Amino acid sequence: MVAMSGGVDSSVAAAMMVEAGHEVVGLTMKLRDTTAAERAGEGGTCCSPDDLTDARLVCDTLGIAHYTIDYRDVFRRTVVEPFADAYLRGLTPNPCVLCNDHVKFAPLLERARALGADRLVTGHYARVCETPEGYGLFKAVDPAKDQSYFLFGIEPTALSMVRFPLGGLEKGAVREQARAVGLSNWDKADSEDICFVPDGRYAAVVEGITGRAPAPGAIVDERGQVIGEHRGVHRFTVGQRKGLGVAGRERLFVLRVDAATDTVTVGPRERLSAEGLEAVGCRWFAPPEGRRVTARIRYRHAGADAEVVTDGERALVRFATPQTAVAPGQALVVYEGDRVLGGGWIERALHVEDGIDG
Amino acid sequence: MYFDHNASAPLLPAAARATAEWLGRVGNASSVHSAGRRARAAVERARRSVAGALGAAPRELVFTSGATEALHLAVCGMVPRGGHVVASAVEHPAVFGALEVAGAQVTRVPVDAQARVRVADFVSALQPETALVCLMAAQNETGNLYPVSEVARAVAPTPLLCDAVQVFGKVPVDVSALGARLVCVSSHKAGGPQGAGALWVRGGTTLAPFLAGGPQERGRRAGTENVAALVGFGVAADGVSERLLAAPAIRRRRDAILAAFPEMVVHGVPELPNTLAFRIPGAEGDMLLAALDLEDICLSSGSACSAGTVETSPVLLAMGLGPGAAREGLRISLGPETTDAEIDALTTTLRRVVGRLVERSACG
Repeated sequence: MVAMSGGVDSSVAAAMMVEAGHEVVGLTMKLRDTTAAERAGEGGTCCSPDDLTDARLVCDTLGIAHYTIDYRDVFRRTVVEPFADAYLRGLTPNPCVLCNDHVKFAPLLERARALGADRLVTGHYARVCETPEGYGLFKAVDPAKDQSYFLFGIEPTALSMVRFPLGGLEKGAVREQARAVGLSNWDKADSEDICFVPDGRYAAVVEGITGRAPAPGAIVDERGQVIGEHRGVHRFTVGQRKGLGVAGRERLFVLRVDAATDTVTVGPRERLSAEGLEAVGCRWFAPPEGRRVTARIRYRHAGADAEVVTDGERALVRFATPQTAVAPGQALVVYEGDRVLGGGWIERALHVEDGIDG
Repeated sequence: MYFDHNASAPLLPAAARATAEWLGRVGNASSVHSAGRRARAAVERARRSVAGALGAAPRELVFTSGATEALHLAVCGMVPRGGHVVASAVEHPAVFGALEVAGAQVTRVPVDAQARVRVADFVSALQPETALVCLMAAQNETGNLYPVSEVARAVAPTPLLCDAVQVFGKVPVDVSALGARLVCVSSHKAGGPQGAGALWVRGGTTLAPFLAGGPQERGRRAGTENVAALVGFGVAADGVSERLLAAPAIRRRRDAILAAFPEMVVHGVPELPNTLAFRIPGAEGDMLLAALDLEDICLSSGSACSAGTVETSPVLLAMGLGPGAAREGLRISLGPETTDAEIDALTTTLRRVVGRLVERSACG
């Protein structure tokens, strides 16, 4: 069973499985209501009828069955609302990880089994390989496209059923493949944004979902001196520089966001550095202790050499060199080389010189 | 194997031949020349055939592109903007869509847990200025038959619009005895091609056009007639009496499915001989539908009118089912073409697939 968005990647994944001789079924999850945009004659939003039509046409071209399932309720409950709620709590959430955890893999695996499918295939750029310790999750061959960061939450037991055929390809090769097998959507634009946040307008989306606008508050420096005002903590994320509305002699960055007091603390770039972090809700494919590991603290983070100590679902990470902008709410993902060992959610940054800093 | 006749019935071979023949001809039915005259004659012959199947006078029939358009013509032609309309809660979405287009104020008459209506509820919903009452002859998802004549008598002189799409070709229809002011039917639910339908309007009723322009259909429906589809519609209408003879066999086959699955919870009262709406507790409807489709068995999860995605049926919700149970809802609808061998294959496969699904959900 191939999870199909109507985009190029999942279409090629389906084509590759058909070409490899498998019996294939395509499935699209309807995650959002797009009625208003449809009636306005707009297109291009994820989960729109255009995407559904693309997925159907691709499946028809490939000669495979296609089904759509309604996941709007689950998506809203497990991804959209927690995302907005996290912003209100001053965190920097990662909805794509939540979506993979709660919407894509577990429910799709259950459906795959119900339909009698042995494998769940998606168009993610990552790889599943056999290791001496069982199946492992690995980075994609193309580092620019690698999406293994978003996938650390897959149940370890599920890995044996999941396959990512694009993990071994470069993006250019994927489009070539799409054209070669006659897929009509081969030149369709990539989706980069979060699907339910158009044009990066986070604050408006958060207010729309929660139905409230967080209170304005103070922007303070590290000594607690008020140096400005802001229109709600949901507009800020750790490491942010733009949109502070504070003039200073030096460039200022958001260091902390405290939703309890509606306070945003700013400071110079060097104060963004953290020697480590504490993460919660961790899950591991393989224990990270006693290995040379790298830790990634956001999607576009190259990864830092680190030591990881686990304690149940908690983990303490100490970086070999301090890292900038450790944002609570983001995912920590730990790698050994190309292999994903596991990860969790960043609760707080740790600063050695402060002792423990909130 | 096709068990979704309420969504669209197979085209009768005779209707297919007649339609195909017309697709190869030229002519606008409004033209004076020989090609136009031939087209006109074909449309009028089709009108007589459809009128004959409904017990109507040909001049009382307005041809449309289908039942949805016929319902829009009826509703928008009868209801002034802001006018009050009484409609059963389980009308087809096309009725509610037309009522929205007309800007009507709608009172929905509820149904009970078996999708039944009470005549008295229509009467008590009437207001002094009520412009129209809407009641379908048969519910498309559950197969309930509704007391159209009784309701029409009880609400008179308020006109009644009857969506007779699901009874046409399944139970005898005589519009002169039905008591309704307006009745609509669709070609492709009774063996004709898609893209043709008709609205019967009782003589003496003034009806403003929904599509205005040319003088076609006595000024009630402008636009060049779809001659090929209407010709096929006429052939299907000629076949209705033969279709009705198959009803007892269809009912027997439908009941054989029911007998094979004691755990089936039937939705509504399956009075239409060909329809079976049900759920099997623990088996999610959309997955059951997909799993059966992979075994080449086509059925439906209630109403198929939501752009291919599986939406929770408003009819099942109106019957008081919770969202979880409603999502388990499925519909099997048979036709004269259905064979005993197909019923055997359906029950065998359904048994196997249900076993797999219910076992899964029991494991969590």
